[in-house]
Amino acid sequence: MNFDLSSLPTTFDMFHLILAALSLIFFALFLTNSKNGPESTQTQPPQSPASKLKPEPAPEQPAPQPTPAQLKVASPDAALQLLTLLQQDARFIDFINEDLSSFSDADIGAAARVVHEGSKKTLNTYFTLEALRSEDEETRISLPAGFNASEVRLTGNVVGEAPFTGTLIHKGWKVIDIKLPKIAEGHDVSILAPAEVEL
Amino acid sequence: MSETHQAGESGARYSIGIDLGTTHCVLSYLDLSATSEDSPAEVQVLAIPQLSQPGLIEEKSQLPSFMYQPHEAELQQSDIALPWNANQKVIAGNIARQLGSKTPIRLVASAKSWLCHNGVDRREAFLPPGSPDEVTKISPLDATVEYLEHLQQAWDYKFPDTPLCEQEVTITIPASFDPAARELTAEAASVIDFKHLTLLEEPQAAVYNWIKACGDKWRDHVTVGDIILVVDIGGGTTDLSLVAVTEDEGNLTLNRVAVGDHILLGGDNMDLALAYRLKAKLAAEGKELQPWQIQAIVHACRDAKEQLLLENDINEVAISIPSRGSKLLGNTLRTTLTRDEVQQTLVEGFFPKVSIDEHPLAARRSALSQKGLPFAQDPAVSRHLAAFLSKQVDAADDVLGTNNALDAHTDTSNFIKPSAILFNGGVLKSPVLAERTLAIINKWLSEACAEPARLLSDSDLDLGVSIGASYYGYVKQGQGVRIRGGLASAYYVGIESAMPAIPGMEAPLEALCVAPFGMEEGSETKASEAEFGLVVGEPVFFRFFGSNVRRHDEAGMQLDYWQEGELEELPEIQATLPAEGRQAGEVVPVRLIARVSEVGTLKLEAIAISNTSENSATGNSKPERWHIEFDVRD
Repeated sequence: MNFDLSSLPTTFDMFHLILAALSLIFFALFLTNSKNGPESTQTQPPQSPASKLKPEPAPEQPAPQPTPAQLKVASPDAALQLLTLLQQDARFIDFINEDLSSFSDADIGAAARVVHEGSKKTLNTYFTLEALRSEDEETRISLPAGFNASEVRLTGNVVGEAPFTGTLIHKGWKVIDIKLPKIAEGHDVSILAPAEVEL
Repeated sequence: MSETHQAGESGARYSIGIDLGTTHCVLSYLDLSATSEDSPAEVQVLAIPQLSQPGLIEEKSQLPSFMYQPHEAELQQSDIALPWNANQKVIAGNIARQLGSKTPIRLVASAKSWLCHNGVDRREAFLPPGSPDEVTKISPLDATVEYLEHLQQAWDYKFPDTPLCEQEVTITIPASFDPAARELTAEAASVIDFKHLTLLEEPQAAVYNWIKACGDKWRDHVTVGDIILVVDIGGGTTDLSLVAVTEDEGNLTLNRVAVGDHILLGGDNMDLALAYRLKAKLAAEGKELQPWQIQAIVHACRDAKEQLLLENDINEVAISIPSRGSKLLGNTLRTTLTRDEVQQTLVEGFFPKVSIDEHPLAARRSALSQKGLPFAQDPAVSRHLAAFLSKQVDAADDVLGTNNALDAHTDTSNFIKPSAILFNGGVLKSPVLAERTLAIINKWLSEACAEPARLLSDSDLDLGVSIGASYYGYVKQGQGVRIRGGLASAYYVGIESAMPAIPGMEAPLEALCVAPFGMEEGSETKASEAEFGLVVGEPVFFRFFGSNVRRHDEAGMQLDYWQEGELEELPEIQATLPAEGRQAGEVVPVRLIARVSEVGTLKLEAIAISNTSENSATGNSKPERWHIEFDVRD
């Protein structure tokens, strides 16, 4: 019988934690796929919605200097490898493929623990993460002229000249070291988890 | 003292330390060429490439001591290829442990414990024990070779110009290893063909690691008269040693004066104990566990206990064991491990507060045991500690010039009193367990009106032994302090007294000391007075004994009386004289001689008497010698 009342309120937090972890993981994934990671993550996501909504002339106006963005096709190997590791340690694909609607929060919470613990282990084992800003969130910070726009995103009332003063909403994350396992030649990375047959 | 090697002389660039642990192997190295006159180069730990799962190769500082022999249909050859070997038959390391958790019949684990288990033939291929005939069996010796080969290949792959076999290599072994287990370790190493090999006791390596970490300041932490107790609790074994601090021409000197018995008790037992506790808890809720779930719980307990053994306010850790199928929701087994449970099971179960005269409940008996590992009967580390300190009451008397042995008769606190303690091994990484151990010892000390022992802080309890071993290779070059040790036991051969047979009574047994306590590397005893007759072409067996308390018996001494527990019988040893040049059945009179090799193994030899009297005096020809085997093959 699962009268685990104490775990009820925590499950939503856990669930959101997982979602947050996932977005981080995919962010990290983009970083691993290209050598100059931060640039490609900057250029890729804005590209697709922008082209759908309205033709954006912005990249072409200061044309003389920057060349049009060179798009690179990320090698799927590292992405598949990370999925394999997440499935292995965190049952990630199993979890995402579940239909949550018919289960109680207690059940989801129990499974979320597996996913959370495993994802955390994977993340800590293969990536060294660092917050981009050391200040506390929800405090006022000042950005001097020439700050790195890849590292800090300005939002809201973006007008005027640097230095900019504003509230730190999210401290940001950066991967400072990646130690992914090496893949043996001839290994089929598209198999994220083999089927298991017990004899 | 054996002579020191010069770096140029051996030609080795690196001093390598290999910790061949029951559960993990570690290799560390020190660049001898980058070493200046009085400061050694930094010790590095080799990141060992190993399969983490089929097709994925990771580099880790520890190589789990597990071996797996996949079925030919089980894994693609390309998925288990290593950078240096495309065609592997067996796989070692992380992946072996992982695959083995699902297919235990193909997993070889605890090979080291088997290697020192003298109830089995350690050259016989019987691992994994009890698995179907179809699974190729290997011997404990082969498994040891396998781990060493993995380390060698990993090293040679990274440092192709300086092959491992040409470096100064130190392999660590438990201080409690008997001569046969030491010999077998050296034999496994001989397959690699190391040019410069030394065996070092693990607690000594821990002390070297401490000295290395302290640098020159180690002298400020200890003084003459100190007795350092080294407590090393690893994954599979508990190893105890005492090191006394003395002075020699104004310099502090370290002397390893005693080692403990072999205790098969470690971190793995603790994880198992927690898992079975949870199993019982779930059974009370009506949930029966399957074997794979217990495996998973053991694994989860290992992580959970680390949090619960820290000084923090976490009172329970949730344990979730997901189903094996792809459906995660609704099938996940849930339970919690609480701080109280960890406290009761681990702290009270393995480290109970006992008095100094409470010793382990049942003594381990080695001679007649079935094919299973002789795990310690009593899980209480504190009782083993109490027994060790009591048994070794006079261990430091000789080097320190004290007289505990006499005091012992008048004093009720009948044990040796360590003044400093050095911890090693993964279990003692937990501050709760380390503090508990220290508290227990200090309680004994305070009850005996002695000063409390202080803790010598150590750096890395997981990698320390290997780091200490590579530092020892540097010390061996002549720099830094070297721990004096020699044989940690005296060894005896049993002789039946010559007396008329009395029906119903066994002929009384006498013990002839063949190798004295503290015998050093590179030394040899004089041939014994006692003569034995060896029959040509037939194996002759001797009863063999060891004692880690009788410090004053010299080679050749014949004991007709000893106290209960002073001598421990070891498996029989055997000599076979080849029939070459002799008639089968002829009886050749021999004497026994003992030698400790440079590697650190004990060698017993039979030396023919017929030639000795004439030839040895003139030195014309060497008398014939035959090796006596410690590990008797059935």
